[in-house]
Amino acid sequence: MRRHIIIGNGTAAVGAIEGIRSMSSEDAITVVSRENHPVYSRPLISYYLEGKTDLERMLYRDADFYEKNGCEVIYGVSVEEIKPEAKEAVLSDGRHLPYDDICVAAGSSPFVPPMEGLESVEKKFGFMTLDDALSLEKAITPESRVFIVGAGLIGLKCAEGIHGRVGSITVCDLADRVLSSILDAECAGIVQKHLEANGISFLLADSVAKFEGNKAVMKSGAEVEFDVLVLAVGVRANIGLLKAIGGTVNRGIVVDEHMATSVGGIYAAGDCAEGYDSSLGANRVLAILPNAYMQGRTAGINMAGGEAVFDKGIPMNSIGFFGLHIMSAGTYDGEKKEIRKGEILKRFFVKDDRLLGYMLIGETERAGIYTALVREKTPLSELDFEAVMENAGSVVFSAEERRKKFGGAV
Amino acid sequence: MKRVYVNEQWCLGCHLCEYNCAWANSGITSMSSALKGKNIYPRIHVEGDDRITFAVSCRHCEDPMCVKSCIAGAIRKEDGVVRINRSKCVGCLTCVLVCPYGALAPAADGIMQKCELCLSNTCGEPACVKGCPNRAIVYEERGE
Repeated sequence: MRRHIIIGNGTAAVGAIEGIRSMSSEDAITVVSRENHPVYSRPLISYYLEGKTDLERMLYRDADFYEKNGCEVIYGVSVEEIKPEAKEAVLSDGRHLPYDDICVAAGSSPFVPPMEGLESVEKKFGFMTLDDALSLEKAITPESRVFIVGAGLIGLKCAEGIHGRVGSITVCDLADRVLSSILDAECAGIVQKHLEANGISFLLADSVAKFEGNKAVMKSGAEVEFDVLVLAVGVRANIGLLKAIGGTVNRGIVVDEHMATSVGGIYAAGDCAEGYDSSLGANRVLAILPNAYMQGRTAGINMAGGEAVFDKGIPMNSIGFFGLHIMSAGTYDGEKKEIRKGEILKRFFVKDDRLLGYMLIGETERAGIYTALVREKTPLSELDFEAVMENAGSVVFSAEERRKKFGGAV
Repeated sequence: MKRVYVNEQWCLGCHLCEYNCAWANSGITSMSSALKGKNIYPRIHVEGDDRITFAVSCRHCEDPMCVKSCIAGAIRKEDGVVRINRSKCVGCLTCVLVCPYGALAPAADGIMQKCELCLSNTCGEPACVKGCPNRAIVYEERGE
C-alpha cells in the first residue's frame, strides 16, 4: 500500500482522489487543505453572491465524499516544505508526513502589484476563495460604491455577483478592453457594451496611481470614490514548493503528459501546473476547472500505478454576464473567418486545415462540436466547415462519422 | 448497457421524439395540456438538412467530458447513466462547451437538463424511442 499526499483541496485534488480510487487502489490518501472547507466549486462564489446557489449546493462533492473515498483531510494547514530525499512533507503545524507520491494541487494566489497607499484602504478584498466572497458579502450594503481593479474573468464575475446588492460598480483595467485574456478587441467591445447597459462603469487602459483612503487616483488623472475595493488583477501559480527543491518551474510547475514534475514521486495538477496546451503546441498554465479535474485525475491514476496521459488540454471558457453567453477555446492564430447575425458574432481561426480556436458571442448552441474540432485537430476538409460555422451540428460530418458518433458506444 | 442509438436512414424528420421527450419529462398526464401552445425544451433534438435527418441525445459516454468539466459538480455518472442535479447547476453552459455531440441544451429557465433515458420519470424507458414511428432511434445494447 502506497501513501499519497495531495496538497490542496480543490478540483484537481478531487480529480486525483477519484483517479486513485478508479484504479481500485486501497492506497492511503491524505489531503492537506489550507482552507477550512470541504471541496467547493470555486467558480461558484460569484453565483453565491448573486443568490443562484448556496453554501450547501455549491459543494463540489457530497458531504461523505472523503469518507467514501477513504481520505484523511487535514484542514487549516499548509505544506511548508517537501523533502524528496526523506520522502516527507513538512506541515505548517510542525508535523512531518511520510509519502510515496505527492500531487501538488495547490492552485494559485492573487497577484497584487505594489500600489501606493493601498494600506490606507479600509475595506479591500480579493475574489478567489469562498472566504473572500463571505468577507465581501459582509462588507457590502445596497449603497456601497464598489471599485474593482481587474476586468478579467474574476473581476467581472464578481461585478455580476454583487450587482443587485450594491449601489454602483466601477471596474478598471490596465488593458484597453475587458476579458483581455480570452477576447479580442471587437468581441470585448460587445461584452463591455452589454455590461455597461447593465449599469457597470469602466475605466480601461488605466491603472491606479495611488489610493487615498476611499479614493483612487488613476494614472489618467481620473478619481474614483469608493466604499469597497476588490482586487482582481490576476493570479500566480503556487510554484514555491517545487521551486524550493529545484524542480522545474516556469509560470507554473512544469509537468509532462503524465502530470509528473521533474522531481521523482511528485506530480502536479490544476492551476499551479504548466502542462501541454495542444492548441498551442507548447506548455502553458491552463487555469480552468475542467483542466484541473482532468490533470488531477491523470495524476491520480499514475500515482496508483496506472497509466494515464493527458495531452489534449486546451484553453476554453464558457462565461455569461446578465444573460449574454460567451464561449472561447484554443488559440487565435491563422485565418479569421466569421459569422454575424445581428448581435451575434462567431469568430473562428483556421490554419493548415485545422480549427485552432474560436470566440462566440450570443450564440453558443452545440459549441462543443467546435471545441472537439479544436481538441481533436480534425481536418476541416473532412467536413463542411462553412456550414458548421453557420450552424453547429453533426450533419456536416460524413455518414460514417455520424454512425460512429450516434450508432456506437462512445 | 442499453443506450439510444440512431438509424439515420430511417429518420423521417417528424420531430415526434422531441414532443414525446418534452411530454414524458413534464410530469403531466395529458399530452395536450403538457405541450399545446407551449415552447418545448426537449432533451433530444432533430438535426439535418434537406437530405438527411437524425435525432441527437446524450450518448452517456464511457468517459464523459461534461462530468469532468461541470464547474458545479452537478453532473455525475451513476450506473452508466449521466445525470444532472439541476439544483446545483448555475447555467454556465460549460457542459455545452465541451460536449462533442452537441447533445446538451438548457431548459426554459436557463438551467441545464439532459437525457436520463426516462429512467426516473413515469415513462421508465426512453419516450423518444417508444414513440418513434420508424425505428429511427432504438434503445438497445450494442457491443461494449
